[in-house]
Parts: sequence; C-alpha cells; structure tokens
Amino acid sequence: MKKLIATLAGAALMTMVTAQMAEAQVLFWSNQAAPVEEAQKVRDTVVKNFPGGVDFEPQDPGPFITRIQAEEQAGKGTIGVIGGLHGDLANFANDFVDLSDVDLGSVKPSPAFMQLGKLGTTEQKYLPWMQANYVMVANKQALQYLPQGADINNLTYDQLVEWGKTMADKTGSPKLGFPAGPKGLMHRFFQGFLLPAYTGSEVTKFRSDDAVKAWTTFKELWQYTNPASTNYDFMQEPLLTGDVWVAFDHIARLGTAFDQKPNDFVAFPAPKGPKGHAFMPVLAGLAVPKWAPDVAKSKELVKYMLQPEQQVATLMATTFFPVTDAKLPDSLPASIKALGAAVAAETSAPDALPALLPVGLGDKGGQFNQVYIDTFQRIALNGEDIKTVLASEGDTLNQLMQTTKAPCWLPDADSKGQPCPVD
Amino acid sequence: MNQKTLPYLLLLPATLFLLVFFVYPFIQVAVQAFVGPSGFTLDHFQTMARNFRFWPSVRNTILLAVVVVPLQLVMALAMASTVSNLKTARSAILYIFTIPLGLSDLAAGIIWLAIFEQSGFLNSMLTSLGVINKPILFLSYQNSWVIFLAVVLAELWRATAIVMVILVSGMGLIPKEYYEAAEVFGAGPWKRFVKVTLPMLRPSLQTALILRTIAAFEVFAVAQALGGTTLPVLVGQIYDWQFNQRETGVAAAMAIVVLIISIGCTLFFLRVLRTPKGATI
Repeated sequence: MKKLIATLAGAALMTMVTAQMAEAQVLFWSNQAAPVEEAQKVRDTVVKNFPGGVDFEPQDPGPFITRIQAEEQAGKGTIGVIGGLHGDLANFANDFVDLSDVDLGSVKPSPAFMQLGKLGTTEQKYLPWMQANYVMVANKQALQYLPQGADINNLTYDQLVEWGKTMADKTGSPKLGFPAGPKGLMHRFFQGFLLPAYTGSEVTKFRSDDAVKAWTTFKELWQYTNPASTNYDFMQEPLLTGDVWVAFDHIARLGTAFDQKPNDFVAFPAPKGPKGHAFMPVLAGLAVPKWAPDVAKSKELVKYMLQPEQQVATLMATTFFPVTDAKLPDSLPASIKALGAAVAAETSAPDALPALLPVGLGDKGGQFNQVYIDTFQRIALNGEDIKTVLASEGDTLNQLMQTTKAPCWLPDADSKGQPCPVD
Repeated sequence: MNQKTLPYLLLLPATLFLLVFFVYPFIQVAVQAFVGPSGFTLDHFQTMARNFRFWPSVRNTILLAVVVVPLQLVMALAMASTVSNLKTARSAILYIFTIPLGLSDLAAGIIWLAIFEQSGFLNSMLTSLGVINKPILFLSYQNSWVIFLAVVLAELWRATAIVMVILVSGMGLIPKEYYEAAEVFGAGPWKRFVKVTLPMLRPSLQTALILRTIAAFEVFAVAQALGGTTLPVLVGQIYDWQFNQRETGVAAAMAIVVLIISIGCTLFFLRVLRTPKGATI
C-alpha cells in the first residue's frame, strides 16, 4: 500500500513537472515549413537554443485557420507566436499585438516589408519573417534543345512552348513538368505568372481576350508536359529521377534537386508575356496574438527569429530567404546559390510585374485557388472550350469576391474599397 | 445495487462514450448539412450537386465498392478455407495474411504508388527484363482506368484480411458433425463448402460484408495517393470541401450522402443474409 501511494505520488509529480516545462515553451503556430524535413530542420537548427524552448507546430492551411479562429472566439488560448503568409495574417489583423516596441537593435528588415507588416493600420501587426519566390529549373541536358537565339534568362512563353516541343520530339516523351498534384502549387503559376504576364491582372481581367490567349498558349504547353504532372506535389523529385527536364515550382520545393546533384541543374526566371515579367513574391511574417499566454516571451521569440544567425539558419532549413540585411555566409549550399540568382533575376528585370498573393479573402483563400485549379482541369485535362470555361469560372470568382468583399490587390488596379470586380 | 440495474450501470460508460463522441457530432453534422445563415435550407445540397466533380466522385466510389467487395469476398473465403483446413503452420500463414491489417491505408497507397509510378518498381523490373525500352506512364490522367485498376489492386491487397479474419472465426464455430454427416452422405469438398460452410457462415458473412462495404464507400487515402486529383472519390471531396474550400455545410451534405448509401447497403445485407426463422447454428 505504501509503495502504491509512493509510485502514484511520483507519477503525479512527474506529470506536473513536464506540464510546467511544456507551459514554459512558446507555442509557435505556423503554416510555413510544413513539410516534415523542413519542420525538423527548423526545430533542430533554428529555434533550438531559444531560452525556455519553442514548440514549433507547422500545419496544413485548414487546421491552421481552425485553431486560430477557435482561440479568437474563446478569447484565450495557448498559441504564442503565429507564422504565416502576408495574406493569411491579414485575416486576423485585429487580433495581433502591436510589435513596434520590439527592439531589433542593429537588425534592419527591408522597409517595404515593414510597411506591408502594418496591414494597412498604424501599428506593426507583424514583423517580416522570410521571403520566397517561384522559379523554373532546367536539367542541363535540356539546354541543347533551346530555340535558336533564345536567352534562358529572358524567355517568352512562346519560346518555352517551342522548347517543350523540341524536347518531346527529340527524346520521344514530354519533358516539361508542373506541380499539378493535390498539394502542388499549380494555382500560383496561373495567379502570379501566366495570367498576369498576358493580361496584366490577377482577378479583374480573368475573362478577357488576353486571358483566352494565355490559356491557349498553356494548352499548347500542356501537350509537351509530362502527364504524370497531375501527381507531382514537389518538382524536386521528378527532376531528380529525370522524368521531367524543365519544371516550375516554389523555391522551397526545388532545393533538394540542387543539393543532391548540383551540377545537373540550372535555375532561371519564369518566362515573360506581352505584359511583362510577371512573378509572385511570397512574404511570411510573425505575429503575436492578443491572447498569448506570455506576450513578452512571444515578442522575445519574434526578435530572436530576426537575428542574423536565425535568418541564415532559416534559409538553410527552408530555402526561404532572409528579410533583413543579414550577411550570408560564403559557403552556401548549391541550392541557395542557384535559386537565389534566379530569384534576383526575376525581381530585378526592367519589366518585372509583381502579382501578390491574395489579400482579404478570409478563410475563402482555398476557394479562390480552386477557381484557377478548376479552370486548369476543365481546359487542359477535360478539353472544354476556353471561352465557356472562363465565363462560368469567372462567375464563381466574381461571386467569391462579392461574398468576401475583398478589394483588388496588385497587379489589379485599386478598386477603392469595393469588392474586386471580374469584368 | 441490485441485480436488475447492474447490467445497465455496467453499460453506462460505453453508452456515454458513444453518445458524446458519435451521436452528438453526428447530430451536429446533420444540422450543418441542412441549416444555412437563414435557417433550414437545401442550398448546400444544391452546391454539392452542381460541382462538376460530384457525379464522377459518386460514380467512382460506387464502382470501386462494386468491383472490390465481391472480389474480396471470394478471396477471403478461399483464404479462410485454406487457413481452417491447415494442420501445420496455421498461425504463421494467418499472420502473413493479416500483415496488411497493420498498415494505415495511406501507407498502403504510397507502397503501391512506389510500384506503379514512372520510376517505380514495376517499370524498373520490366525494363531490366527487357520487356520495354522506356518506362510506361501507368498513372496518367489520360488512362484513368489504369489508375482505377491500381486502386482496386491496392484495396484488394490492403483490406481483404479484415473480411478473412471474420470468416475464419465464423468457420471455427461450425460444428464438425455437419461435415462428417455430409461426408457420410458422399458429398465432395466443393459440395460440402456450398451446402454446409456457406449457409452456416451466414451471420459472419453478414457482419463482414456490412463492415467491408461501409468501409469501401469511405475509400480515401489509397485513391488520393495513387490518383491524386484524377480519381475523385466521395470522402476525398468531403475533405476538400471542408479543409480547402472551408464550406462546412457542403461537406456535411456530402457526408449525409455517404450515410444514406451506407444505410441502404446495410439494410440490403441485413435482409438478404438474415438467418431464416427457426434456424439455429
């Protein structure tokens, strides 16, 4: 009997102690760095030495939003720091603590990002965390099939089609690849690259004749694309197996190809269309919810993540680039060097046309993406008539903008507070 | 506590558990499917039916169930008969047959993806045997029937053991006297199987078929792993509506559709495979 009581008391004490330890950790709730390897690297190299410990919990978009909404409604919760994309954080702007008093010392984040971090208010709602972009990667074997006179850093979509055709003819199978799998980022290609390059807009000109031209060009491109693309989520895998020679994807999903076979690949900016070099910059930020258990500790963590050491560690872990002027070490992995050069080329082209991630859609971001995915599936996979598809999907898009009352964002013209219209 | 109330008190924890974790969420889902911002509405069902992926997902799910379950029944009966008649190594064979039961269905889907994909085991084997020169693209959206077959194969491999286990225990309950009597009357092995085993197996068959068919209508992870977006199935669409599109009402409406199909099949099996009045084991 005495032994039993002693064991129970010991167990109760252990539980209390571990609970205390867990409480001292800051819960870092993020929808970035969700893939398993990235998450593990963040835990092992980025947040490991934070005093008190960090519980880094990356999530898929659905559960990410669900928990934040639940804690918001309850008015209390356990999340200490929220990490998400600019558009995700914009939905919860009213729930964030003002971070202007976080003393960053000598660390200087990019002023443009600090401005975005105000989310249209006078308070610093989030501090920038890391930035990324989307580029194209080619296997060096594919370079011999480039069209005559084409410069890989300055391709047009028509030249890309020709390149794809030559590769398919000469090698006997289509060698282009797109991330059209269930978790692939195909919709970003349409939202931020193809459509703005032809129409100069992301939403308003969805049904225009320029958009028809864009989709016609894409249909040609799809003929020379590996049909297994509908299974690809991360393009680094088919690039490594050689199933695909030219691919488009987010830089964080291309890094492994360069790390494993650095001399086999070259990264280059996405092609340009009639309206310019459209691209989609990705900005992730860190915010502290008003109901955080220990607001001071959370602000400490945010400050910690912006230190040069952690910014570089984040770069190594996730292939997302620093948002501060942190000095990059001389010996960078091949993936960072190659992808960084392509991103720089993309963002500094004279006709560069940034097309932002959607803002102000609340939790309907998934439905917004679904419009572009459905348009792609109906046009490219089901072979439906382009104009008909654009008309009906344009209705869905318009309906969505009216329901969410989201005003237009770059590159669309300012809609002055009205829901962004689809012409 | 007297003898009369004791059984009910003992059942109370399990009943409470069922009420809290099954009945209450079920009522919530039913409410979400029929209630919109302005009260009772059938809007969610309309949105669900108008989506261009709805009818293909219904067709794919029902087709998968119709193809997979009978095949599994035949295979499971064969496997269960083999195991029941074994004298040596019975445990080992039973263990080998039930290995897939320990896997999550997503893991099973990924295993079969590793076999069928362009740089997978099947292509490597065929190329090294000299049968083909270039890898064949099995899982392309252009041959969706191949993806369908791959899912059928993966489901057969993964889930037949569930049916088999129930049938093995059912076969163990059949008294040996019936077989001996049948032998005395000159019945061969096939006749004994058809006239003695199958009828006596009715209750087990009923249980196994109901369980397996309901699970078949909930096929998700395997279809997702092998087919991606090319083979929409009902539960895959529910997941998409809830977590991508954030339309809980439509997801709940689809869940009600799955429920109605499952109830229909259960009633069918209950009726067709009922033990006749007065019959005993």
